[in-house]
Amino acid sequence: MPEKFDVIVVGAGPAGASCAYTCAKNGLNVLLIERGEFPGAKNVMGGILYRKQMEEIIPDFWKEAPLERPVVEQRFWFLDKESMVTTSYKGLEWGKEPFNNFTVLRAKFDKWFAQKAVEQGATLINETVVTECLVDEDGKVIGVRTDRPDGDVYADVVVLCDGVNSLLAKKLGFHKEWKPDEVALTVMEVMKLPKKTINERFNVNDDQGVSVEIFGDATQGALGTAFLYTNKDSINIGVGTTLSSMIKKKMKPYKLLEYVKEHPMIQPYIEGAESLEYLAHLIPEGGYKAIPKLVGDGVIVAGDAAQLVNAIHREGSNMAMSSGRMAAETIMKAKELGDFSERVLDSYRTDLYDSFIGKDLKKYKDAAHTFEAYPQYFEQYVPLMNKAMNTMFTVDGTPKWDKQKKIMQSFTAGRGKLGVAKDLYRAWRVVK
Amino acid sequence: MNILVCIKQVPDTKIIKVNPKTNTLDRSSAPAILNPYDAHAVEEAVGLRAVHGGKVTVLCMGPPQAKEAIKKCVEIGADEGFLISDRRFAGADTLATSYALYKAIQKMMVDDGVDLVLCGKHAIDGDTGQTGPGIARRLGIPPLTNVIKIEEVDLENQQMKVHRKIENGYELIQSSLPCLLTVEKEINEVAYSPLPNMLRAARYTPTIWTVDDLNDVDIKQLGLKGSPTIVGKMWPPAKSEGANIIEGDVKKQVSEIVSLVLEKRELFEVKGGE
Amino acid sequence: MNLEEYRGVWVFIEQRNGKLVDVGLELLGAGRDLADKLEVDLCGVLLGHNIKDLSKDLFEYGADKVYVIDDPILEQYRSETYMVAVGDLVRKYKPEIFLYGATSNGKDLASAVATEVMTGLTADTTLLDVDLEKRLFEASRPAFGGNIMATILCKKHRPQMATVRPKVMKKRDREEGRVGELIEESISLQEESLRTKVLEIVRDTKKAVNLEDAVIIVSAGKGIKDEKGLQMVRELADVLNGTVGASRDIVEAGLIGHDHQVGQTGLTVTPKLYFAIGISGAVQHTVGMENSETIVAINNDPDAAIFNVAHHGVVADAFEIVPLLTEEFKKALQEEAKEGGVAHA
Ligand SMILES: Cc1cc2nc3c(=O)[nH]c(=O)nc-3n(C[C@H](O)[C@H](O)[C@H](O)COP(=O)(O)OP(=O)(O)OC[C@H]3O[C@@H](n4cnc5c(N)ncnc54)[C@H](O)[C@@H]3O)c2cc1C
Ligand SMILES: Cc1cc2nc3c(=O)[nH]c(=O)nc-3n(C[C@H](O)[C@H](O)[C@H](O)COP(=O)(O)OP(=O)(O)OC[C@H]3O[C@@H](n4cnc5c(N)ncnc54)[C@H](O)[C@@H]3O)c2cc1C
Ligand SMILES: Nc1ncnc2c1ncn2[C@@H]1O[C@H](COP(=O)(O)O)[C@@H](O)[C@H]1O
Repeated sequence: MPEKFDVIVVGAGPAGASCAYTCAKNGLNVLLIERGEFPGAKNVMGGILYRKQMEEIIPDFWKEAPLERPVVEQRFWFLDKESMVTTSYKGLEWGKEPFNNFTVLRAKFDKWFAQKAVEQGATLINETVVTECLVDEDGKVIGVRTDRPDGDVYADVVVLCDGVNSLLAKKLGFHKEWKPDEVALTVMEVMKLPKKTINERFNVNDDQGVSVEIFGDATQGALGTAFLYTNKDSINIGVGTTLSSMIKKKMKPYKLLEYVKEHPMIQPYIEGAESLEYLAHLIPEGGYKAIPKLVGDGVIVAGDAAQLVNAIHREGSNMAMSSGRMAAETIMKAKELGDFSERVLDSYRTDLYDSFIGKDLKKYKDAAHTFEAYPQYFEQYVPLMNKAMNTMFTVDGTPKWDKQKKIMQSFTAGRGKLGVAKDLYRAWRVVK
Repeated sequence: MNILVCIKQVPDTKIIKVNPKTNTLDRSSAPAILNPYDAHAVEEAVGLRAVHGGKVTVLCMGPPQAKEAIKKCVEIGADEGFLISDRRFAGADTLATSYALYKAIQKMMVDDGVDLVLCGKHAIDGDTGQTGPGIARRLGIPPLTNVIKIEEVDLENQQMKVHRKIENGYELIQSSLPCLLTVEKEINEVAYSPLPNMLRAARYTPTIWTVDDLNDVDIKQLGLKGSPTIVGKMWPPAKSEGANIIEGDVKKQVSEIVSLVLEKRELFEVKGGE
Repeated sequence: MNLEEYRGVWVFIEQRNGKLVDVGLELLGAGRDLADKLEVDLCGVLLGHNIKDLSKDLFEYGADKVYVIDDPILEQYRSETYMVAVGDLVRKYKPEIFLYGATSNGKDLASAVATEVMTGLTADTTLLDVDLEKRLFEASRPAFGGNIMATILCKKHRPQMATVRPKVMKKRDREEGRVGELIEESISLQEESLRTKVLEIVRDTKKAVNLEDAVIIVSAGKGIKDEKGLQMVRELADVLNGTVGASRDIVEAGLIGHDHQVGQTGLTVTPKLYFAIGISGAVQHTVGMENSETIVAINNDPDAAIFNVAHHGVVADAFEIVPLLTEEFKKALQEEAKEGGVAHA
């Protein structure tokens, strides 16, 4: 006779761990199923973990969680072929409790997080793939089927936290195959470098980290960004663009990463670093418009599986965690009512839309598509910015005033004053 | 039929990386796993239980983390697991290890007897394969090493027949029960564990014994103290003058190898003679 | 125990239905050197039924004494009987060093005897020596896991025992007419009282792989990744009419059987030509092949340790170069065949 739990959570990433942790903490009988050898084994993330949302689940987590470095400086690089314009903010207060955000290695962090859920009483099984949801004749989800012998197991409610291309939600008809412009393909590498070298190159000390977001030539003009994050004694470097622009530009992801690693502005930072692992992963970037059906009878979808990622600011783990937590809170209510129907579980959807997740995603809902539709942002303006600075700062006896005129002309040359104004306004609208 | 399986947690030496320059182990790169041969031993025990009934118990000596290896055995189908863990066991060579395990087995046999003890052919961290026969000698039961097949188990007459792998062949040997087998990988395929086992394992906590839980133990025979062998000096393997590296593009490399091989005509004459 | 009482170097002489197994003679060769350094006798321990005459060979290969127990009960190897017989001899004659071949039965016996007489045993050694002023036996082997050699000592117990890889030690040239002292002992056991019985011994004569006698070995390591990579190596071996060898990692990975494994816990080989393809050159592997006449290493990592033992090395991607090699060899050998140069191919 197969077992029955209160809750089955599929996937032990940030979303799943948060949901399992919160449910277990509140006395529910939880089963957390992970396909990897252990939670985090194959999970990919550039590595910025946001304090706020994690703290709402485990206060003071930084005292024991396996974190790499608290980020004290955020840099933004606008790359051209042989130049870049940079801006950055460094604040030492970010290096002190309660911190702002951290770099993490998911293999370590997810393992720890799932273990916390186990300490709260959740049951975790690894190396087990959930192949489908078990649905009764009324269409209610009553459990899951795994790839193991005697592999069925039941629950009042199933939470799908199975990540970006959630096959399980798709099988339930909650969403179709993502469109190429709804997902970005990101490739990254973890590269080993001595602590000391990292500290010197990024001008920080042992317990300070730097995040670098890179625009422009890194993606060879394609819609996307690259990043460079400092761990304790390694560096995460990666680059991603929407599938659609990759297809359009016929780019090979690993080729793109090679290009980034060899870029004269970036190469010196990773000089002599030894590659530890190479990872490729999709990021949902459809944003607000791509959010699928989130709840059904006896089932909730959270995290990447629900496309909850802020493409512009590359936030995902935080939304995953919060959505996981909200799913848990809804489930508690449902448990009290003894009713796990879509009607009751729907409060998860409303909570989600009322939260920062709904608001942010709505705010940026047009961003990706805007940039996709108007490639000039990445293809022209970044190079122009560089050219502008170059003109401005090259001392050749030309009066600054003439220089500014020159610059303005160069900007408008392609599209005319009005066009540029439009572009700037549009850009400001979508990212403000 | 009560079956006891001795299992060990080992660093995964397939993954463990050695820095060629310093000759040091990059231990961080080696996750701890259940010794692969022991997994086959547990699988075999579970198979025997299916036919003859009884109980499968696993026994492990190691640090507290070793309980993960025991959980793996429960996934495969073991009923119970015991971990003997104590600073005083640390640094044991195979003689001291077999003593500690023997003492633990003795204690278990107080409640219910053991018909069969299984071990892996060897543990991949040392490949010694000495512990099994050691345990057998201490228990005063016959050791049958390198077993590739259990031909028959006859509980009536307390007998079993097995195939022992020997150089280019095998021997069919019969033994009275109880006896101890060390098993080769050929003996079975470790099956993909059913979900109920996974659930049971996830919640299972093995019994942990320290030296004090065992009966009349001679401390002098435990751990480092009880280990006659000690590591003397260590040194990196002798480096020869090194290879002559064939430079150039692949075409050039290929043709050079081909010619330097073909110069050694005797290679081919010898072969031709066959 | 009084260590002074223990003198002499012993070698367990393995015999299979009345024929000596090579490793025994190899160990007499190695044991002879140890015995000479220590200025003690080298003794063979010979058990079985109707095997007394074999002692003649043992003397000619360097033994000063041979302890024989000739008894039907010992006809087939059994831990149960051999352990008792050897244990009794050790207790009675007290050797200081005792060597066994690292064969199935050799390891089985050594392990049981070590516990029987409560002494230390070092497994799979590849290098033997003595520290004269401390009068200590130095048994060396690749360190567990590491790419480094370690010497294992047994200071306070006797005899100091070790199993030794077959084919690593050299047997001496036979010294016709060399004689020694034959000491016959008996065993107290009765067949009725025994618990094990060898019913049948099956040897597949057409031994699947025969690495030890191969003239050309093409070995594959983790670098060949998977079944496909291995196939590529097999094809090269085929054109060269060579035998496929392997590192432990691909054996452990289940790509190929253990009887292909070269190294410390596999086979020791000395072919005329040894290809190491995608093998890093960990000492556990190299101790098994470093005495090959010509070693060619293919590895895409210029720092790979294999280049320290290889005679010729190419830094290249196996997946690119191996198929090309296969092609070229095929062509070249066909050419030669036409010209009647090379016998086979
Ligand atoms: C290169 C890259 C960089 C990123 N950078 C950042 C960043 O810096 N900051 C940030 O906040 N976010 C970042 N993100 C986004 C972030 O990684 C994700 O939003 C977050 O991991 C989502 O968590 P999740 O739990 O929803 O999904 P996941 O983390 O993908 O977890 C899903 C889990 O479910 C398991 N699973 C899947 N299917 C099954 C199944 N059928 N059965 C059992 N288990 C299953 C998987 O093994 C996995 O463990 C980045 C993403 C990528 C790819
Ligand atoms: C007790 C004990 C006993 C052992 N006994 C043995 C034994 O008997 N025999 C044995 O072999 N090992 C033995 N080992 C294991 C040994 O320590 C090494 O782990 C093993 O030999 C490594 O095998 P490998 O070289 O195939 O794999 P790796 O060490 O992973 O080496 C793979 C190599 O392939 C190269 N490579 C990768 N891709 C390519 C490519 N495309 N083209 C060309 N080259 C490529 C890499 O640069 C690397 O050098 C033993 C270990 C222990 C602990
Ligand atoms: N620490 C240990 N705990 C339990 N069993 C062990 C331990 N060490 C060795 N064994 C058993 O003995 C077998 C051979 O190990 P070894 O002699 O170390 O090669 C292993 O496969 C196990 O079955």
